[in-house]
Amino acid sequence: MTLFDYPFMINALRAGSIVAIVSGAMGWFMVLRRQTFAGHTLSLVGFPGAAGAILIGLSPAFGYFGFCLAAGVIIAMASPPVGSALYSEESAVIGSVQAFSLACGFLFVNLYHGNLNGLTNLLFGSFLGITNGQVLSLLAVALPALVALGLIARPLLFASVDPEVAAAAGVPVRLLAVVFLLLLGVAAAEASQITGSLLVFALLVLPPATAQVITGRPLLGIGLSVLLGLAVTWAGLVMAYYTPYPTGAFITTLSFAAYVAARGIGVLNVRARTDPAPMRETLT
Amino acid sequence: MMPAPLVSGAVVSTSNEVIHARAASVRFGDRLLWSGVDLHIGPGTFTAILGPNGAGKSTLLKVLLGLQPLAAGKVDVLGAPAGAARRRIGYVPQRGGFDRTLRIRGLDVVRLGLDGSRWGVPLSAIRARRTREAVAEVVDLVGAGAYAGRPIGELSGGEQQRLVVAQALVRQPELLLLDEPLDSLDLANQAAVAALVQRICRERGVTVVMVAHDVNPILQFLDQVVYVAEGEAVVGAPNEVITTQTLSALYGAKVEVLRASDGRLVVVGTPEAPALHADRHAG
Repeated sequence: MTLFDYPFMINALRAGSIVAIVSGAMGWFMVLRRQTFAGHTLSLVGFPGAAGAILIGLSPAFGYFGFCLAAGVIIAMASPPVGSALYSEESAVIGSVQAFSLACGFLFVNLYHGNLNGLTNLLFGSFLGITNGQVLSLLAVALPALVALGLIARPLLFASVDPEVAAAAGVPVRLLAVVFLLLLGVAAAEASQITGSLLVFALLVLPPATAQVITGRPLLGIGLSVLLGLAVTWAGLVMAYYTPYPTGAFITTLSFAAYVAARGIGVLNVRARTDPAPMRETLT
Repeated sequence: MMPAPLVSGAVVSTSNEVIHARAASVRFGDRLLWSGVDLHIGPGTFTAILGPNGAGKSTLLKVLLGLQPLAAGKVDVLGAPAGAARRRIGYVPQRGGFDRTLRIRGLDVVRLGLDGSRWGVPLSAIRARRTREAVAEVVDLVGAGAYAGRPIGELSGGEQQRLVVAQALVRQPELLLLDEPLDSLDLANQAAVAALVQRICRERGVTVVMVAHDVNPILQFLDQVVYVAEGEAVVGAPNEVITTQTLSALYGAKVEVLRASDGRLVVVGTPEAPALHADRHAG
């Protein structure tokens, strides 16, 4: 029997693919907008959300979505206005949200008779035992989120790269910032149900960051980011199938290796291009 | 009919004026930034907005864009109230250069000026080709062809400035508003970008309004000067406005305009402008 004969593996690959595609696309904009800290926080707040939902007897999905969307709104409202450089304020708000939500998460888990196995699942996910229904509900969230991202993609790119000119051209820069954080919250909430709160961040940041090192073309970058996400997810699942080690560790390690390799090649390329410069300097 | 002594060059009727401001005033909270500003700018002319830091030069551009409401008066731009004709205006804001790590090509930044405010996914191949051609044309016009394909964060200040001018031009605007585009450039690049803007103004008939910290790189190209200081503005030809008498009257203090042997103008003795952080950073 091959690994494709097991329904749990098929569903793991399906769910992993959906998560990788959404994270690759959303993450590309997140990295471009320098919002990895916001993305990290949105990923993490799913953990107290899910723990709280379990504690009061709800499905963890409610907790994931509720907390991620609420955090998205809070971060968006705390964001500095267009054209100012008050990033420190934004970071402090995000950091506070993150610290408090982590504290809540551990409290909720403790109140729930300290189920450590549940804690591991919330933080690191469980790719195994995903049902058909879960795959469908992932798809039901992923498709509208991707369509929405596609609709706002160009104004969002404009607002991310050149906020002042975009605002002057009539692009609703602030509104886009809120909408994007909500979409990011949806993506994080969706993904964390499968990958756990910690791993979702790996998929949101590493493949997009790698793609942006490789290319400055937006469309190609998003495509590359999605492909990289898919590749590491599949490879991670297959490697975990044949070894006793967890899927998340493989996915994150592979993503990280790709990122380091891309950065390394990038540095070498820049060296090659600017090699004559030091010589000129010594001559003068 | 109203006399139009402030319009440079030939007599321009008020109907085809690109900018027409009457008794315009701007207020920040309880502080009047400037008031009673009358301004007539004819098509195809090159106007500089000068004045000390904090006088409200950038704010005047924002008023023309319709981004800053007036406390009093009226401003028409391209025959419509300010803000209504925004799509026919190219705008180059003051900025400290793109983030060095921004991995977006210069070409894509230029392209955003054309289709960046459009929603949805571009599907038409014909439109995609037209977009590519329009971008290539303005990139050529500003002489950025050699480096437009590289990430914009890696480019020098002068290269970035040419690309953002191209971005503002790609939609073929009738009016180009630039906020201190020469500010962070070395002298050679200041001269080159100034000459480029002048060429666009003369050859393409684009009306140019440029906020400038230093008038000298553009002095020879100017038709008109708007000098903003002490809550007022003086408008006129450069050699009428940048004089010891006019500026002394404007500042209400003894100000001297000196002409160096190479023709450069130096304004000496201007009182310290009131510190207003909003002008350089947010205003």
